[in-house]
Amino acid sequence: MTERPVLLDIRDLHVWFRVYEGLSKVLDGVSLHVREAERVGLVGETGCGKTVAMKAAMGTLKSPPALFPAGEVLLTGKDVLKMSPAEILNMKGKTIAMIFQDPLSSLNPVFTIGQQMFDVIRYGHRRTSNGKRPTRAQLRSSAVEALASVRLPDPERMLKSYPLELSGGMRQRALIAMALVNRPRLLIADEPGTALDVTVQAQILNLLKALVKDAGIAVLMITHDLGVVREIAERVYIMYAGQVVETGPAAEILDAPQHPYTQGLLASVPRLTGGVLAEGIPGTVPDYTEAPSGCRFHPRCPHQMDRCVQRKPSLAETSTGRLVSCYLYSEETDE
Amino acid sequence: MSEPILGVENLVKYFPVRSGLLHRISGYVKAVDGVSFDVQPGEIFGLVGESGSGKSTVAKTVVQLYELTSGKIHFKGKDVTRLSKQTSKWFRREAQMVFQDPRSSLNPRRSIASTLEDPLIIYGIAKSRREREKIIRTLLQQVEMSSRYMYKYPSALSGGQRQRVAIARALAVNPSFLALDEPTSALDVSVQAKLIGLFVRLKEELNLSYLFITHNLSLIRTIATRAAVMYVGRIYELGPVDRLFNHPVHPYTKTLIAAAPVVTQEEERVKPRQMSKEGEVPSPVTPPSGCAFHPRCQLADSVCAEKLPELTEIELGHFVRCHHVALSTADEGSSE
Amino acid sequence: MMSSNQQATAEAEETRWAVFKDRLGRGWYKFSRNPTSLIGAAMVLLFVFLASFAHYVTPYPNHAGAYTDFPNAFQPPSAAHWCGTDSLGADVLTRIAFGSQISFMLAGVVLGISVPLGVFLGLLSGYVGGKTEAVIMRITDIFLSLPALVMALAICAAFTPSIDKAMIAVASIWWTWHCRLVNGITRSIKTEEFVQASRVLGASHLRIIFKDILPNCASPIIVKITLDAGFVILVGAGLSFLGLGAQPPAEDLGTMIAIGAKYLPERWWMTVFPSLAIFFIILGFNLLGDGLRDALAVEEGI
Repeated sequence: MTERPVLLDIRDLHVWFRVYEGLSKVLDGVSLHVREAERVGLVGETGCGKTVAMKAAMGTLKSPPALFPAGEVLLTGKDVLKMSPAEILNMKGKTIAMIFQDPLSSLNPVFTIGQQMFDVIRYGHRRTSNGKRPTRAQLRSSAVEALASVRLPDPERMLKSYPLELSGGMRQRALIAMALVNRPRLLIADEPGTALDVTVQAQILNLLKALVKDAGIAVLMITHDLGVVREIAERVYIMYAGQVVETGPAAEILDAPQHPYTQGLLASVPRLTGGVLAEGIPGTVPDYTEAPSGCRFHPRCPHQMDRCVQRKPSLAETSTGRLVSCYLYSEETDE
Repeated sequence: MSEPILGVENLVKYFPVRSGLLHRISGYVKAVDGVSFDVQPGEIFGLVGESGSGKSTVAKTVVQLYELTSGKIHFKGKDVTRLSKQTSKWFRREAQMVFQDPRSSLNPRRSIASTLEDPLIIYGIAKSRREREKIIRTLLQQVEMSSRYMYKYPSALSGGQRQRVAIARALAVNPSFLALDEPTSALDVSVQAKLIGLFVRLKEELNLSYLFITHNLSLIRTIATRAAVMYVGRIYELGPVDRLFNHPVHPYTKTLIAAAPVVTQEEERVKPRQMSKEGEVPSPVTPPSGCAFHPRCQLADSVCAEKLPELTEIELGHFVRCHHVALSTADEGSSE
Repeated sequence: MMSSNQQATAEAEETRWAVFKDRLGRGWYKFSRNPTSLIGAAMVLLFVFLASFAHYVTPYPNHAGAYTDFPNAFQPPSAAHWCGTDSLGADVLTRIAFGSQISFMLAGVVLGISVPLGVFLGLLSGYVGGKTEAVIMRITDIFLSLPALVMALAICAAFTPSIDKAMIAVASIWWTWHCRLVNGITRSIKTEEFVQASRVLGASHLRIIFKDILPNCASPIIVKITLDAGFVILVGAGLSFLGLGAQPPAEDLGTMIAIGAKYLPERWWMTVFPSLAIFFIILGFNLLGDGLRDALAVEEGI
């Protein structure tokens, strides 16, 4: 069975920032990949660096103050970090699209949905066809088709509506439609359900699953909500303090987490079935200007060993498709 | 049952909507439209619902941040519906609130010490600056924070730490009741777990009672003793947490539980069947007639659109507001 | 017991100073990263220095005020007189320095009157709302709809012109800007959760206004004062230029330009140098104000 092509391939990415206190070494060798029509989750708590990693993938990190001492970000084979601004502009919206947390702040309140969609369509068109401007009718039909594909009732009327007239769920659907109208191959969703009600969020997640199946796009879902991961992700990456600590099939990891951080995290999630809640993970997220050496989780880990302080463990395969970065599972020695 | 510490009767809170050049009242946001419940001493009473349900407004009205439109509130046996200057001073030292957003619940331009000093100065709890500092250190200790943060500003603190300071501020007046409005919703899950542990400990140590507001059902299941489900300004189901989750009766409750994101397979298995059609939560400015859930409900019929069902007790302590459930329990008694 | 208490107090006291130093350091870091802010600060400091120590730094301090030396009049810039001499024979550079004194004094008095007045009315109207706010804001609107210079002209022309009348005139319209600024901030801060928390704690209205709302207005007010300073000086110079402010033989910059204008373009130095002085003062305050805005911005984020 041939494997689907890799769309996004982040390899050993290091990102540093120059700040008042010194050098903030946020990402310390992050590797992840997303294949065509895959649903991948990127999980981590506040400050773990997942937003920085995504900004790097989108090419939106400004180079001072950001520094890239090592690593590459390959989008369909080309390194984003080495692209010219023109190339990055070309790829945005066409190869890769992104939707954010709060649909209200992502939409311009003084333009109708239709006007904003037409803008996006015209922009995408400019890159493909030979300079021919799309006609009004073409714009309308593309927009209506996109809005219908996200199951919005009465797409025609939606074109004339202003964002403030719509509910949160409808806005998020409209944003998804705008993100997908130029047929990107990868959609990055940054905590899209956080601002929405639980019942509405469930509907949006179902929509995304259907879109992956029908349109063949890949979805990278960034979230701190493990329940959302279970709902939508096939594979998941768990990040802590700028390092990927565990990755593999989502259901397997959630049922039987291996990395002590993942275990701590899962024990802290309240269950629908009740029961006793663990009291989180002792300690706090490290300061990136004085990050712990080796495995950055070691100060908070109940299984801390000397090796953990000296060198970061590399990802070891514990079963098919499951990788864990922890000396509890790897046979590594100092040789 | 002992005397409740808080009793709320038919609480109604409408906010006027003003529009036009002369700012005339054009309508009302019916944030809370007839809510009744009580909180027993030492219990954690949960209030769950989605946006527009009115749960936050209930909390803010109970602590008298807003003046209610109609209804009654009793606290420790006293009628606190309209606060006089005297009762106000007493009530405010008994009932306090912790807010949701750690980014705005502390004044960014005041140091932690300055924020915590306020209640001490207002109520004359300490006579001198030295005494105040001592009390502030004790408060910080109580919420498990090092006193080295005393003179720092909120921007130097993490979300979890800011919430701890907000809790300390509420505890400064030595209250017996806390309204907690989504106190952990903006925090990471591991930080939330720590804070929940703190809340439970404080309740035991200081003999507190909580009104806990959240949209996170799993959280309510874990810590609350009883809970009420709100939808567009009204309570549609209320009861002991175990009954509510193991045997949910109202279609909206079932919908809510079915939509809750869960992490394990066993949680997935205990979920009830979805009972709603696809749709959005209605706005409290134009609530649907009769039972507000009827546009989305699979069991809805013409009666539901016309008449608002009453909140009826279907088993001890378990109340539901639904025509179809009331009918079935009525049927159980009759010969049919 | 006693020693640990003292120790605890000592530790806490130390951190209060440390926190202050840290915030100062961060503010300076943000400020100094922007080269134009530093240039602005330097310009302002230069003129403040010149104005404060005019008596000691200028080559001919006695040329200020009523000084005449007709044989020496109309000298072009030279080694003896870097900016030349004016129609009465006085050294232009010296008079510019003393003129800056008048300008800064004008700015100081105007802002000293208008800022407290404007802030007070802004807080009052923003917090109380309703009819009070409507009345105050409508008055503010009326004042703001007329250009500052025109208003000041009208007021000055009604009385015998002098520098005091000019200051009062400008102050009487300037408070409205600060009133509007503070009114806006007060209205938005009023709804923040920390104000609600203070209410639930039982804080009085005065406590909320002075301890919760006012500190949040401080930074925008400081920035605005800095930007205002330049503009107030400009308005003042404009009034003097028209003869409505400081009167000759006072060495006000605007007056100097007015007198010198008659001799353009041959004796350009009498007009150009005072104009450049005004230009750099205003530019300096603007750049400084912009830099302060960045440095004082509240640090966000969790």
